[in-house]
Formats: sequence, structure tokens, C-alpha cells
Amino acid sequence: MASTTQTGSFWMPPQASTNAAEVDSLFDFIMDLNYIFFAIIFAMTVYFIVKYKKSDENPVATSDFDHSTLWEGAWAFIPLLLCFVVFFWGFKVFLNSTVAPDNAMEINVTAQKWAWNFKYDDGQSTSDLYVPAGQPVKLIMKSKDVLHSFFVPDFRVKSDVIPGRYTTVWFEAIEPGDHRIFCTEYCGREHSGMYRTVHVLSAEDFAKKKSAGFEGRDESISPAEWGKQLYSKYGCNACHGLNEGEVKVGPSFYGIYGRKGETTTGESYVANEEYIRESIMEPMAKIVKGYAPAMPSFKDQIGDDQMDALIAFMKTLK
Amino acid sequence: MSNTQADPGYELGQKESTNYINASKGLMSWLFTIDHKRIGLMYLFTIMATFALGGFLALAVRLELFTPGETIMGPDAYNKVFTLHGLVMVFLFIVPGIPAALGNFVMPLMLGAKDVAFPKLNLASFHIYVIGTIMALYTTLDGGVDTGWTFYTPYSSTIDSQVVMMTMSAFVLGFSSIFTGLNFIVTIHKMRAPGMTWDRLPLFVWSLYATAIIQVMATPVLGITLMLLAMERIMNIGIFDPALGGDPVLFQHFFWFYSHPAVYIMILPGMGVMSELITTFSRKRIFGYRAIALSSIAIAVISFLVWGHHMFVSGQSAYAGMVFSFLTFLVAIPSAIKVINWSTTLYKGSITMDAPMVWAFSFLILFTIGGLTGIFLGALGTDIHLHDTYFVVAHFHYVMMGGTAMAFFGGIHYWWPKMFGKMYKEGPARFAAWTVFVGFNVTFFPQFIMGSRGMPRRYYDYMPDSGYQIFHQISTVGSWILFVGMLVMAVNLLASLKSGKEASANPWEARSLEWLTQSPPIEHNFHEIPTVVEGPYEFPIATATANAQGAESSDS
Ligand code: HEC
Ligand SMILES: [Cu+2]
Repeated sequence: MASTTQTGSFWMPPQASTNAAEVDSLFDFIMDLNYIFFAIIFAMTVYFIVKYKKSDENPVATSDFDHSTLWEGAWAFIPLLLCFVVFFWGFKVFLNSTVAPDNAMEINVTAQKWAWNFKYDDGQSTSDLYVPAGQPVKLIMKSKDVLHSFFVPDFRVKSDVIPGRYTTVWFEAIEPGDHRIFCTEYCGREHSGMYRTVHVLSAEDFAKKKSAGFEGRDESISPAEWGKQLYSKYGCNACHGLNEGEVKVGPSFYGIYGRKGETTTGESYVANEEYIRESIMEPMAKIVKGYAPAMPSFKDQIGDDQMDALIAFMKTLK
Repeated sequence: MSNTQADPGYELGQKESTNYINASKGLMSWLFTIDHKRIGLMYLFTIMATFALGGFLALAVRLELFTPGETIMGPDAYNKVFTLHGLVMVFLFIVPGIPAALGNFVMPLMLGAKDVAFPKLNLASFHIYVIGTIMALYTTLDGGVDTGWTFYTPYSSTIDSQVVMMTMSAFVLGFSSIFTGLNFIVTIHKMRAPGMTWDRLPLFVWSLYATAIIQVMATPVLGITLMLLAMERIMNIGIFDPALGGDPVLFQHFFWFYSHPAVYIMILPGMGVMSELITTFSRKRIFGYRAIALSSIAIAVISFLVWGHHMFVSGQSAYAGMVFSFLTFLVAIPSAIKVINWSTTLYKGSITMDAPMVWAFSFLILFTIGGLTGIFLGALGTDIHLHDTYFVVAHFHYVMMGGTAMAFFGGIHYWWPKMFGKMYKEGPARFAAWTVFVGFNVTFFPQFIMGSRGMPRRYYDYMPDSGYQIFHQISTVGSWILFVGMLVMAVNLLASLKSGKEASANPWEARSLEWLTQSPPIEHNFHEIPTVVEGPYEFPIATATANAQGAESSDS
């Protein structure tokens, strides 16, 4: 059932959205043109080089054929014609894959260094994307910091995500399965780590999971274990290591709970629950000495349960 | 049948003991020379050094990607290395490459001139180039930048690194480019020998002319853009950073308004070299002289109108996308015409695959692949999927390296005997060229496949389960083959300076004016300015088959 195991063609990944087939037929058409024109040029060039090799019989050129309006005209006209075809076809596919149908379900997306946040109509937010199969979905995207780009190869969709401006993509997933989301606009150190998953669920599963909370705590695991999952889901791992003294963009979480430190303004602090909560919600309030003010706020993403779980996880790190 | 194409007032084969290389001695006689040939040589060696630097950075990038996770460096180092690779290759190697090194040396000779129009400006442009290069290297040692060579905002305007200094170096380098362009335009207009009409100009000169127009018109826009970026960073004036009320996409418009035409600054001179190589080594007049010359100009004009095709998924409107896509297809046609004309030139020629011709063959094949794969990216529907993946990386390496760099090395091998009066060893030269051809394909072809399968570019890491690893590994092995080819080439060329055979004035039996003077040329190129009586490609034709239609050109 999981579409990740499904294979695509030689050139293309699996077709997991309703638009994919259309994009691929254009791709295949252009590929055929590529093969044909390459074959012509290659064959001509190699044939002439072999056939008209300089030799005792062929010491100098045997023709001064240096102009032919017909031949040159044909090589301007035929490619031009084909280019028009490709252009119109490309534009049509582009419109279909950028203009969302009216009945599309809307999900708000926020990108930031180096995580995604997806917010649904009921207010809950997730770090992976959950969508129902057979239903057009429109993503309304913005960035909190620098440019990012939302790309799901299996859906053939991509759009830059820009601070101070909304961009959108839409797709309709065909069947349940998991697909990878990439960030394709260079955004710094952990650019390549900014991949997440789209979980395509059947309509019933989607409804069920949504009301239970997509990324709620699985009762079988402890809060600390859940905290560990959240640590990578929210992308804390991009900037915070877990080993003693490990410095990434920010300080290590090893032994953080109860740690004494100093801020850039010279205040000293003890990392208790309230300090940690504030660090996550209002990171600019106190900046740890020796670090850049690089941490984004997670205010509208992390709920009370998640916060408790993260702190529980941090307490285990010593 | 006489071999003399023009009457230079000078006997072929007679060689003097003084030439431009030994006419004066000492470091200062080089650093402050105003001889276009010496300036060309200094450019040549500096540019080769920057190519070597960019090449080592590329090897490091490829090695890092051999396995997922950390192979030889961490993410911060990787991001700096790929950024520097791009900056060096674009601003230090490929933009100045052919015009400043080969063009400077050959173009006045081809025109039958004693120098460029403004020799001192020419020297100034070299000095500025060196200053810009030193700034770039200093910045690198002083922390470097990790923005990618495109400096996209707001990343470049907010992160903590040496962006200002690096953009200043690109700004300075821009002036060097503008000065060279200006000089070439005036030279081509004013310094042609008597009888050197526009339709007798070698096609290399035509391509330099078209290039110079773009250099003069587009480079200032880059300068302004980088200035704005620096102003935003230094004075906090909101231009591109939305946090200050700016517009990040505006930067992309500005940037590509220069950088797309710049793509043609990079490729047009290569196309010019191609035309020279193909005719000389097939010993036949170029097919479609006029179409090739005019297509260079057409490219120069249309290239200003296509910048938006870098931004199909950057939040630009669908209609802007439509217009840019359309114009992009238009600009493809002149290149298609050139390719078919080169190929047709071979028809009924008398062809040898000497080293320069092997490079030309590589150009023809690789540039064709690069051009054809551009269709996927010009078409809106497929570009959405392919944008910012390795498919794009492969595409522009096929065009830039498979095209321009191949032409550059072909041109170096072609004019080397003229520049130094020495012949390199032909065997190793051919071996190097074929090795590079193979290595290039092994390196970059797999990138098309992983790219269309979704591998994004500028990635430090990839998941082991994603199926991309095998392509990365083939690509990395290819980069080693490339390295071997380049190394053999460099050693062979340098060795020829010491132990190469003396080169005659015209070792390839070519027909343009630079071959009329001795190798290496005398200080002032020609004793007497030659008078030109025919076009640059009047090769002899076997009269038996040339009969009626060929008669007029073979009996001069
Ligand atoms: C973009 C990088 C980045 C990300 C992502 C990030 N942080 Fe931070 N974080 C920092 C930096 C830099 C600092 C130190 C400067 C400061 O205090 O703001 C920091 C500081 C902290 C501190 C205070 C540490 C101390 O030693 O006092 C805590 C707690 C913290 N982060 C928690 C988190 C959690 C939890 C997440 C994930 C939900 C997270 N961070 C995600 C960059 C990041
Ligand atoms: Cu990103």
C-alpha cells in the first residue's frame, strides 16, 4: 500500500498525484525530441568525421557548399515549430498545476529554518503533512525567515516559500501512502535536513486521525520518549545536539536542565522549566552568551503537552 | 593555387629573433605591459589558476557526496565550498575566460591590427581583475560565504558572514569585464585592416563583438544590485529584506537581469572559437557564415528578455511565466542554427582529429545535450518539477563546462603554437581531451537521472534509502577521470614550453590573419598592416569536384 515502494519510470519518480501523469507525458514528449535531435546531430557529425577524414585521396575539401537557405531555414523553422508546441503544452500543464480547484481543502504552511509547520482548519498544527487521498489540497505558504521551497517529487509540485508574501501549490493525491517533501531553495546549514513526509490517508483515516490529533502522543510511550520524537519533528535537532559540549547553531541539550549560564546582556540564569519554556516561545528574550540570536519562535506551534514532553526529555539528558 | 590569402607585405617562414615574449625582460615589463599579447598571456595563466582552484573545490564537493552524512567535511564547510566553487568558476574563470585570455591575444591579430584600441584600459582591466580576485580569495580565508553564487536574499542579507566583502569583489570584477567589452567594441569598429569588411571578420571576432555588447550593457546592473545588497546590509535600508520592508524576489529579478545575459557572455565566445576550430580542421569554408554571425547578435539581444525563466516557481505570476517561457524558446533557435551549421561544415571537408578538433567535437556533442535538455526547463510544466534539482545542475554544466570550457581548452591548444612558438605533444594532448570527454559524461550524465528523480541541488546530505547514492557515486568517480584528463593536459602544455618543437607560423594551415605573422608574433604583430582581399575561411578546394560552383574561390 505504501506508495514509497512504488517505482516510477527510468527518468521520473512514482506518479502519486492526479497531475503527475500530465507532467510526465510532456516530459516524455520532450525526451523523445531530445533523442531524435541528438541522434541526428551525433550521427551527422560522426559520419562526416569518418567519411571525410583527411587522406591522400582526400587532401583538401571537395565542396565549397557554404550556404543553403533551404537547409538553414529548415533548421530554424522546424525547431521553432516544435518549440511552439512545447511552449503551449508546457503552459497548459503549468496552469493546471498552479490553479487550484475551488473545492480544494486549504492548509496553511509555514517554513522556517529548518522545519515545516502545517496548520489545519481546526487549528492543530503538525510537522509532517497529512492529507486525504482523492481530495484536492491547496497549501497556502509563507516563510518566517529566508526563502525555502516546497517540493514533493512524487506529486510534481514545487513552489518557493517567501517571507512577507503568500505562495500556493495544490495537488490531489491518488492513494494512501507516504511521500517525501524536500526544501529546494537553499536556506543555510541544514537545508538538506529540511525534508519531511506527506502522509496520504484514506478519507476515513484522515477524519479519524484528525479528530484524535495527527501528531498527538501515542499512549504507549512515555512523555520523555515523545519529547525525543518532537525534538526531531520540530527540527530542534538541526541546531541542538545531544552530546556533551556539542555546538551546532545553538548549545547542546545535554545537561541543559538545571544548567547555569549567562546571557549576552550579562545576566545569569538557571535553566529551569520556565526558562526553557521562555527560550522556546520567546527565544529573543534571553540570548545565551556566545551564540547568535538565530532561534525561531515556536509560539504558535508547540502546545502545553508538547512543551511538557520536551522538558521531560531534556531532564533525561545527563 | 596560391596559399596567400592576403598580402601582408611580409614573407611567410622568415623568422626574427625578437618577438613579443623576449622583446623586453623583467617582471615589470610584464606587469605593466600594454601589449595585448602579453596581457592576454597574463590573463591566460591567472585564469587557468582560478580554474584549477574551482576544480579542486568541485572535487571536494563530489567527494563529500560520495556517501550520505559527513564524508570529508561538515555542512558549514560544504556550503562554503560549493559557494566558492560557483563564484570562482563564474566570476573568475568562465566570464573573463575566453574573451580576456584568448580574445585579447588573438582578436587584434585577426583584425590585422597592432593592438587593441585602448591598450592602457586593457592593462587596467587586467589589474582590476587581479584586485577583484585577491579580494575574493581574502574573503574566503577570512571566513568565506555560504550563500551560493547567486546571493539570494534575504538569506544573504541576514546571515552573519562576509557577504559584503564578497559582493564587493564581484562588483570590482564587473568593471574589469566592462572595460574589456568597451575596448573590444571600439577595436572591432576602428582597428580593422584595410579590406577587412564586416563580412570578412572571423566568426570568433563576431562572437566577441556580441559578447562585448552584453558585457557593457548588463554588467552595470549586477553592480547596482550588489551595491543595493551591500547598502541594505551596512545601512539597514530595506530593499530586499522583508523584515525591513523590502522585497526578496526583487533581488532575483535584478540578479537574473544580469546573470541570464551573462550566460551568453559565457557561451558566445566559446561558440566563436568553435567556428574557427571546425573550419580549420575540416579545411573547409564555414557553412552559413552569415547565419552564425547574425545569430550571435540575435542571442545578444534576446538574452536580455528571458531572465524570468529562472523564477518560474519563485512566486512570479503565471502570465509573466508565460511570456518568459515563450521568449526562452525564441533564444534557443539561434543556438540550434549554429550547431547544425557546424555539423554541416564537416560535409565534404578534409578532416583531421587533431587535439583542438577533439575538444571541438566534445563541444558539439556536449553542448547539444546541454541545449536540448534546456527545453525541459524552458517549458513551464516540466520546469516546476525540475527546477532546483540536479537536472538543472547537469544542464548548465553541459552548457558551461561541456560548451565554454571545451571551447576554451580547444582554443588554447589551437593558438598555443602561435602564443609561444612551441608545439605540444599531440599524443598526450588527444589523450587528455578524450579523457575529459569521457570523465565529463560520467560525472554529469547521472546528475540528469537523479535530478529528474527529485534530488535537489545544493544538498550537503541525502538519505541512504532514497536511491540517489549510486548516481552520486558514479558522478564522483567521473570527477576523478576528469581530473586525470585535466592533469595530463596541464602537464603536457607546460612541458611544451620547455621542450616543445618549434612551431611554424601556420602549423594548422589556417586562413585567418593571425597565422600570417610569425610564431610567436613580433612585438607589433605585423611589419606592415596586411591588406585583406578575401574572407577568413578560403580553404583550397579539389577542383575536380568543385567544378562549376566552386571555381571562383579556388583560383585566387
Ligand atoms: C535555527 C536554529 C535553532 C532551532 C531550529 C532551534 N533552536 Fe533553540 N537555540 C538556538 C540558538 C542559536 C540558541 C542560543 C541563543 C538563544 O538563546 O537564543 C538556542 C537556545 C535554546 C535554548 C536555551 C539553551 C540554553 O543553554 O540556555 C533552548 C531551551 C532551546 N534553544 C530549545 C529549542 C527547542 C526545544 C527547539 C525545537 C522546538 C529549538 N530550540 C530549535 C537555535 C535553534
Ligand atoms: Cu529551505
